Amino acid sequence: MSSPIRTVTVEQVNAVIADAYSQSNHLLHILYALQQRFLHISHEAVREVASHLGLPISQVESVVEFYSFFYGTPRGRYNILLSNCTSCGYMVGDENLMDTLCQRLRVVAGKTRADGLVSIDETSCIGMCDHGAALLVNGMPITRLDASKIARIADLVETETPVANWPAEWFRIDDNIRNSSLLLKNDFAAGDGMRAMLARNIDGTLAEITQSGLRGRGGAGFSTGMKWKFCREAQGAAHYVVCNADEGEPGTFKDRILLHSHADAVFEGMTVCAFVIGAEQGFLYLRGEYRYLLPQLQAVLAHRRELGLLGSSILGQPGFNFDIEIVVGAGAYICGEESALIESLEGKRGVPRNRPPFPVTHGYLGQPTVVNNVETFAAAAHIALRGSTWFRAVGTEKSAGSKILSVSGDCAAPGIYEYPFGVSIQQVLDDCGAKDVQAVQVGGPSGTLINPVKFNRKLGFEDLPTGGSFMVFGQGRDLLAIIVNFAHFFAHESCGFCTPCRVGTTLLKNGLDKIASGHGTQYDLDEMKRMGALVKRRSHCGLGQTAANPILDSLQRFPHVFEQRLAHSNFEPYFNLDGALEEARQVTHRDDAAAHLK
Amino acid sequence: MSKIRIATTSLAGCFGCHMSFLDMDERLVALLEHVEFNRSPLTDIKHCDPCDIGLVEGGVCNADNVHVLREFRKNCKILIAVGACAINGGVPAMRNHFNLRECLEEAYVNGVGVENPQIPDDVELPLLLDKVHPLHEVVHVDYYLPGCPPSADEFLSVLGDLLAGREPALPKKLLHYD
Amino acid sequence: MSTEAKQNTITPNTITIDGQEIPFKDGQTIMDAALAAGVYIPHLCHRPGLTPHGSCKLCVVDIGSRGVSFHNSDRRVQTKFSVDIDGRSVSACTTPAVAGQQISNNTPALNEVRKTITQMLFIEGNHICPSCEKSGDCTLQAMAYHLGMLDGHFPQFFPHREVDASHPTVMLDRDRCILCELCVRASREVDGKNVFAIAGRGITAHLIVNSPSGKLADSDLETGDMAAHICPVGAILIKEHGYEVPIGRRTFDLHQVGEIGLEKVILAKVRHTDE
Ligand SMILES: Cc1cc2nc3c(=O)[nH]c(=O)nc-3n(C[C@H](O)[C@H](O)[C@H](O)COP(=O)(O)O)c2cc1C
Ligand code: SF4
Ligand code: SF4
Ligand code: SF4
Ligand code: FES
Repeated sequence: MSSPIRTVTVEQVNAVIADAYSQSNHLLHILYALQQRFLHISHEAVREVASHLGLPISQVESVVEFYSFFYGTPRGRYNILLSNCTSCGYMVGDENLMDTLCQRLRVVAGKTRADGLVSIDETSCIGMCDHGAALLVNGMPITRLDASKIARIADLVETETPVANWPAEWFRIDDNIRNSSLLLKNDFAAGDGMRAMLARNIDGTLAEITQSGLRGRGGAGFSTGMKWKFCREAQGAAHYVVCNADEGEPGTFKDRILLHSHADAVFEGMTVCAFVIGAEQGFLYLRGEYRYLLPQLQAVLAHRRELGLLGSSILGQPGFNFDIEIVVGAGAYICGEESALIESLEGKRGVPRNRPPFPVTHGYLGQPTVVNNVETFAAAAHIALRGSTWFRAVGTEKSAGSKILSVSGDCAAPGIYEYPFGVSIQQVLDDCGAKDVQAVQVGGPSGTLINPVKFNRKLGFEDLPTGGSFMVFGQGRDLLAIIVNFAHFFAHESCGFCTPCRVGTTLLKNGLDKIASGHGTQYDLDEMKRMGALVKRRSHCGLGQTAANPILDSLQRFPHVFEQRLAHSNFEPYFNLDGALEEARQVTHRDDAAAHLK
Repeated sequence: MSKIRIATTSLAGCFGCHMSFLDMDERLVALLEHVEFNRSPLTDIKHCDPCDIGLVEGGVCNADNVHVLREFRKNCKILIAVGACAINGGVPAMRNHFNLRECLEEAYVNGVGVENPQIPDDVELPLLLDKVHPLHEVVHVDYYLPGCPPSADEFLSVLGDLLAGREPALPKKLLHYD
Repeated sequence: MSTEAKQNTITPNTITIDGQEIPFKDGQTIMDAALAAGVYIPHLCHRPGLTPHGSCKLCVVDIGSRGVSFHNSDRRVQTKFSVDIDGRSVSACTTPAVAGQQISNNTPALNEVRKTITQMLFIEGNHICPSCEKSGDCTLQAMAYHLGMLDGHFPQFFPHREVDASHPTVMLDRDRCILCELCVRASREVDGKNVFAIAGRGITAHLIVNSPSGKLADSDLETGDMAAHICPVGAILIKEHGYEVPIGRRTFDLHQVGEIGLEKVILAKVRHTDE
């Protein structure tokens, strides 16, 4: 069978580009359309896109190579990406579901099968951690994987059954809300927050947001009122509102629920922000893994336009013009970092900028820009409606309001838990039915690894800030395997801009692999400490600055998981000596004693 | 006082470091009052006795290199990686760009002027590693003497430090990688 | 209270580097101020006159806790780093000078960090100095000498990287590229072209050429362009001028990397001004 790729003509490429362009001129969207249609983005396609958009060829090329979901060589007609997260990943106990699928379909992970039917690979957490092992097939999530479902998937692929005809219930994604507080308990009718806002006017609304004590839910906890105020005061030809829906931190899926079931509150929060800072254009930057939410989000936007909540003269206010565009990412955790996100919005690689200047003064297209998390905007909408006192009534002194947690891992009831700030780890563990807990990773791999003696610590900016990831590891888990997994995650997601993180995350990964394989010595462990400290302190952005946290935390709090794996020698080679002779053995057909190294 | 015992060898190197060592010329005579040579191409002694210092030139490219390097590590109190190849693979490591089969086929099968094309498979020959590696990836190395080759002055500086019981510290003006 | 009182006694528009008070003008970075005052802060990706980049991190300095804090809204950075005892670590080349900053620069601890970063740059690429035409003129190598680096310390990555010899007068050997983007910036900002870019990510990030074939020959790069000369390492070389200056008479045989204002000498590689 001749592969369809060879027969692609420039005309076909240009037709796809033109069609995609008519819907959105965003580079990422046009590349997505090409990837969908031709299963890869050829050099020729890169050149055509560049000429169509008037961009340098090198910019288009560099973007194609940066994002995980774009490929320079053809993927299979069924492109399957299994999450490698510790909560929704393909390792289920000792069972490796990716291996199973690869074997059934006779594919090598990462390589497209010769007939072009299927390709299988792993990808960073896809945010389905409350649904068990999960994968994306041509971008659509399938969850609750087990060996039997993997077998059925293999059959459906082999019989070339269109994904649309696969069992519908496989694609069902639940909200799994287990505990509700401010945001999830209270109804929110589209437009109510904005009407209250108009009644208070700009200054009043900003004052309300500031007084509420709302701090960013993306993790750093910067005062939202202050951020909006700085942006409002900044001079610029235009102001922009950006909602950060990149949610790439492994173990985090709370934005998924907000976008799925509370999109009106999120968009309304963005509109409130636009009103305050004087923006006419907003963007929701949606991670590529959540593309399946796109139609529904577009419908909510359309509905809001019908209601006069978006567009020009919003709610009849002359001069209040604002609309929101959704830009979909393509597999890059770093694009959650606000300045990298802005670069991505501008159609570039997601490389964090130098700061200062900060986005509030020099953001999208160099103009004043507010970037807030999904949950922050949802909270802002509720505050606009219900006032700051309502919000402050819950939470703690420095951490007003509630926090939505994504609880996953070894517990009876993974899912969404919204608590007033100040809740203890133990409380969460009790509520989610976690027993015999070995450790909790708060805030995802970039956050903090907590041991049981510290389960009385409280979630909040005073003690343990978190973007919302809460991963539970039971006694049965191999903690070192988890640390190794996280190290691989950071090495894979490093943008490569700065030396400490680009090289350091790979050195950490290699060093941990050596230790985990039983070939590490005390010296290697000391090297991990030294490199971890350097990467943490000297890296350019938050990714590098937190990439060593799991290693440094576990070296401090769980030293035995490393020590019990150490080789009891002074030195172990950095590569497998006998393995390094394998190629020579094959070429010479030798297998005598001298053809081996012990 | 008994003499300091030194062993030297060249693995995947070009003997340039050894030649440079001999560039000490007449200073070698003075040095020999304090040191004696054990296993070394200079003495033709084939195996190491316990030594104070091992000087190893060249990287690790085959199984035999691994055995020799291990013998040095086992017998030498202080092991010094001498020269660019020992330190990062050097010029021999340029073959790491290609896989081993490509290298061997180019040398023994497809190369210009090759007669009786055949990849050698004699069991007497050490097998090649798929890549050339620096010494410190295979054994622990105590000191490094960079240069291609390190100058006679560099050798003297480091040996002088060690003979005097000091931590070796290469003066900056002697430091070079070429 | 006492810190506040102290801060008021500091003369406006000076910073202190390793105890030495240094004036600065508004808009200057720590690097600008330092170089203007003849104080060397190690740097590889920085070149006065080009937009600061901040990627190599050779210029990391520590700012004492009395430095003015930024309203950094990045999550984690704030919460995690306010507790660092040695103050903040910043890149001198991108961080604005702010009155009263107490900066550590030429300390054994920082030079050790810089040596490690230099080693990381060596082992991630393929740096075989004995066979490199840039040897002796190479700023990376000179930096390594400056920091007393004897070896790469880490296991070599031995990456596979492409050589591009297509251009009639300019050679691109990616094995030695340290991703400093000096060529990228020089081409855009000085030559008014856009010949180079970085593609990919993480450890696979690499330099690409902006031309239909991706080859240098197809680009509008010319021998006279600054981008053809600015490479601090031997990744971009001018063809047919190899070894015109013998080893032993090259830039860093005659100069130290820490001399201020060496850029002109380095750029005029073909014939040294002071030869
Ligand atoms: C590597 C990295 C990834 C990040 N990912 C996200 C993310 O997925 N979602 C998010 O809201 N913030 C993320 N952030 C934080 C953003 O940079 C930024 O602080 C946040 O969007 C600000 O919104 P907030 O003030 O509402 O929290 C990330 C930061 C870093 C350094
Ligand atoms: S720390 Fe990592 S992710 Fe951040 S800029 Fe540096 S290389 Fe990129
Ligand atoms: S670029 Fe510099 S460091 Fe790299 S091989 Fe050439 S001279 Fe050595
Ligand atoms: S080619 Fe040279 S100047 Fe360009 S990025 Fe690489 S090292 Fe820097
Ligand atoms: S010189 Fe400042 S980061 Fe490179």
